[in-house]
Amino acid sequence: MLVPRCVFARSYKVDKVGIIGVAQTRYRRYNPASHAEMAYQVTCEALEDAGLTIGDIDNTITVCNDFWDGRTISCMTITEATGSHRVPTTNVEGDGTYGALMGAMRILSGLHKVTLVVAQSKISEGIPQVISNAMFDPVYERVLGVDAISSSALQMRSYMSKYGVTEEQCAKVSVKNHGNAKANPYAQLPLDITVEDVLKSRVLADPIKLLDASPISDGACAIIMTEEKTAGERCSKPIWIKGIGHCADAYHLGDRDLAEVDALVSAAGRAYKMAGVINPMDEIDLAEVYDAFSYMELMWMEGLGLCGRGEGGNMVDSGVTELGGALPVNPSGGVLSAHAVQVAGLVRIAEAVLQLRGEAGARQVEGAKVALAHGIEGACGQGHCVFVLES
Amino acid sequence: MAVRSEELGDSGTLMYPSRIKLPYTWHAGRVGSRFYREIRDNCKIWGTRCPRCERVYLPPRETCPRCFCAIDEWVEVGDVGTLLTYTVIRYAVPGIQPQKPPYALGIVKLDGASTGLMHLLGEVEPDNIRVGMRLKAVFREAREGNYLDIMYFKPLEP
Amino acid sequence: MKNGVAIVGVGQTHHKSKNKEYKGQELICVAVKRALESTGLTMADIDAIVIGNMDHFESINYVDMWSVDGSGGYMKPIMKVTTGGTTGSAVGHAAFYHVASGLFDTVLAIGWEQNSESDTTAAISTCFDPITEREYAGGAIGPLAAQYTAYMSKYGATEEDAALVSVRDHNNAARYNPYAHLRQTITVEEVMKSQYISYPIKLLDMCPRTDGACAVVFAGGDKARKIVDRPAWVLGVGDCHILVHMADGIGLANLPSLEVAAREAYEMAGVTDPFKQFDVAELYIPASTAGVCWMEALGICEEGGGPGLIRSGATEMGGELPINPSGGVLATNPIGATGLLRIGEAALQVMGKAERKQVEGAKLAVATGFGGCFWSDVTVISSSPQLN
Repeated sequence: MLVPRCVFARSYKVDKVGIIGVAQTRYRRYNPASHAEMAYQVTCEALEDAGLTIGDIDNTITVCNDFWDGRTISCMTITEATGSHRVPTTNVEGDGTYGALMGAMRILSGLHKVTLVVAQSKISEGIPQVISNAMFDPVYERVLGVDAISSSALQMRSYMSKYGVTEEQCAKVSVKNHGNAKANPYAQLPLDITVEDVLKSRVLADPIKLLDASPISDGACAIIMTEEKTAGERCSKPIWIKGIGHCADAYHLGDRDLAEVDALVSAAGRAYKMAGVINPMDEIDLAEVYDAFSYMELMWMEGLGLCGRGEGGNMVDSGVTELGGALPVNPSGGVLSAHAVQVAGLVRIAEAVLQLRGEAGARQVEGAKVALAHGIEGACGQGHCVFVLES
Repeated sequence: MAVRSEELGDSGTLMYPSRIKLPYTWHAGRVGSRFYREIRDNCKIWGTRCPRCERVYLPPRETCPRCFCAIDEWVEVGDVGTLLTYTVIRYAVPGIQPQKPPYALGIVKLDGASTGLMHLLGEVEPDNIRVGMRLKAVFREAREGNYLDIMYFKPLEP
Repeated sequence: MKNGVAIVGVGQTHHKSKNKEYKGQELICVAVKRALESTGLTMADIDAIVIGNMDHFESINYVDMWSVDGSGGYMKPIMKVTTGGTTGSAVGHAAFYHVASGLFDTVLAIGWEQNSESDTTAAISTCFDPITEREYAGGAIGPLAAQYTAYMSKYGATEEDAALVSVRDHNNAARYNPYAHLRQTITVEEVMKSQYISYPIKLLDMCPRTDGACAVVFAGGDKARKIVDRPAWVLGVGDCHILVHMADGIGLANLPSLEVAAREAYEMAGVTDPFKQFDVAELYIPASTAGVCWMEALGICEEGGGPGLIRSGATEMGGELPINPSGGVLATNPIGATGLLRIGEAALQVMGKAERKQVEGAKLAVATGFGGCFWSDVTVISSSPQLN
């Protein structure tokens, strides 16, 4: 009855965590696979990618959200599928980047050697606006029917108003990312669109239009990380986690200056300090950021220090963030091209890993050595989690 | 919760529609309750002021989120303010919307408050809404002690 | 793990069935402020926060983000962990790893729940598989009851044995714990006469549902020593989610996840003879029956030795291994906090700060968490940074 468990590694010093396996499902509006089936698929594929078996995993982190999964203790659904019944495990309810952070902490503690992190969600199952409406305080703002889209519209307006960023500049992000998605076999929405197409698309909540918004997606992603010695032994191209930072802003939207990115600056600052990155504009080769809406990519670039404050619009205008540019942003097509909530941040890490390994196929950024992966949490990017990865 | 099954097209996988229907009663707490009593009984909007940083919070708090110290002081904030940002919601969502779309939502910084209050905007055409415009709260005739006792914020006559 | 990880402070609310005074974030804030006060730290000293509860009890999505007004998370690293009933202990373990990783030096763990805001049983029922289990699921009680029926049949345990557990925990709460939710002294007769909820579990065998919050401050070894004279060192942690479907666990007389989690925590800590080495135990016993049939999983008695252990009085205050001086879960159950309360109470014991609940000279304690699909967490806490 009892499954044999890995013996705890006695505590030892760990400085470096390497990612040695990644996997993702192809993102779709509706995936007929169940939560457990998707989780199982990415678990098996990540193990294969890492050249490991489930017996090599000595702890897991699942990323499941009770609201999106329509189930209390939603992590129960994927316990078996991820092998979490065999080893110490916990469930982070937040973006996949937070799950990866938890996994890295497990290894840095010296108490675990090989962590599997699995995130999954099926946004097709519920009514996303009702679920995101539940982010808002039931005693105050929730009754306004505000949700992820309308709250983000408030932020987009605020950002545009303060910094003179235009809808056209935001639209360029959408054009770029959907275009990039054509080279990404996992992406849900590869599209050939123009700025005009975006501007003419149906208005959801001014100024957010359909093509400024991410889709509804089902999907899962898994990564396997381990400490330095094992990474060096088991993997020819381990990708090192050089820095991690996370931070949350105030909760009520009215408490915040929605045009500012203070929490992201703090999170990125922490990650850069850990990684020894002094000048991100020069030192980062590519960034995978959480563009749930087109304007967000511009704001997050600023918060990450990839351009000056208020310069996001100019940056996308310059072409620097295109696939062939000096600092490609979201070569995968980003969240605008596939958005399984809670998964998408882990996907940013997986994509960055593929890039740094040189295994990103048609979407490869040439010579990439240092990458950013970024996830958000809560309304209007209240929380941010930033990873600096290096080959 | 009755469960039905429906066959889904060619893929042959079944889908079971269901609903999580759970009753909730949320506690507004002492501070929230006083806020709503003032709105219900007196059409007055009150915030709380932090003794250390002097920020006036709306909705009111009993602990300053920044200084993390206790707040005792109540401050009457006017019912007039400036629009910080807005949107017009143009899609329908079952069960959660207070009005049939399209309807306008904004964040209003009331004179005297340090934080903005998210609420509905009314008596204004979407095309005429501007960041920075001056607004005034309109209260419902029959108030119950909840967020929608403020019906919406309307443009202030110049 | 370098210099070790210790608990330096604990705070909790006065638990109630309905805490109407406080909005959720304010309830959290009470516990947080008390934890900070107990250490002399301010929020500025906290490097990161981990928070947990069970979503559907309050219907708030992204609770970590929502909580910042009360948890102190404004412009801080904060994340949420949720694993069902074990949430509180999972949060504690997550905070442990935050510090053990070396990334953060002083970490605040928060567990909370306002069960009065919803229908607890209905909300719990949504944990069952929507297609195969949810239609007939009866909340958490059914599987626990079935487990004791199996245990009684296998080892000759009785309902009176369970009643002794209930009397012990309730009376401890009444006598020693001013924070507890239920504080009435009861007798075995009263328990036996109380109404059956799900045979053999009766009303007075079962935990309540409570509004409450708990906050625990974890710190790295060097830091901990500067904050308090006697930190509570976390020597071992174990988590086990070994079962996945409710039906897998029904009919099992024991709790495999507790056995596995205990073994791992004990190995990490160097505990070899739990009954002799532990001075006190704060156990997550959601129904008194569990207080009989789960004891052997912890290695504090032989297989089938639960009744003997309970009847001997060894687990009473003043006995060889007092269990639940705080009154445990039977007296207080704000679900997201409950597991963290066990860790906090165990820490207070070895710090010598348990006040009326104090077990004299307590140096080594074990705390457990239970929830989900028969899942368990175990934490070993000591007054010294390593065992002998």
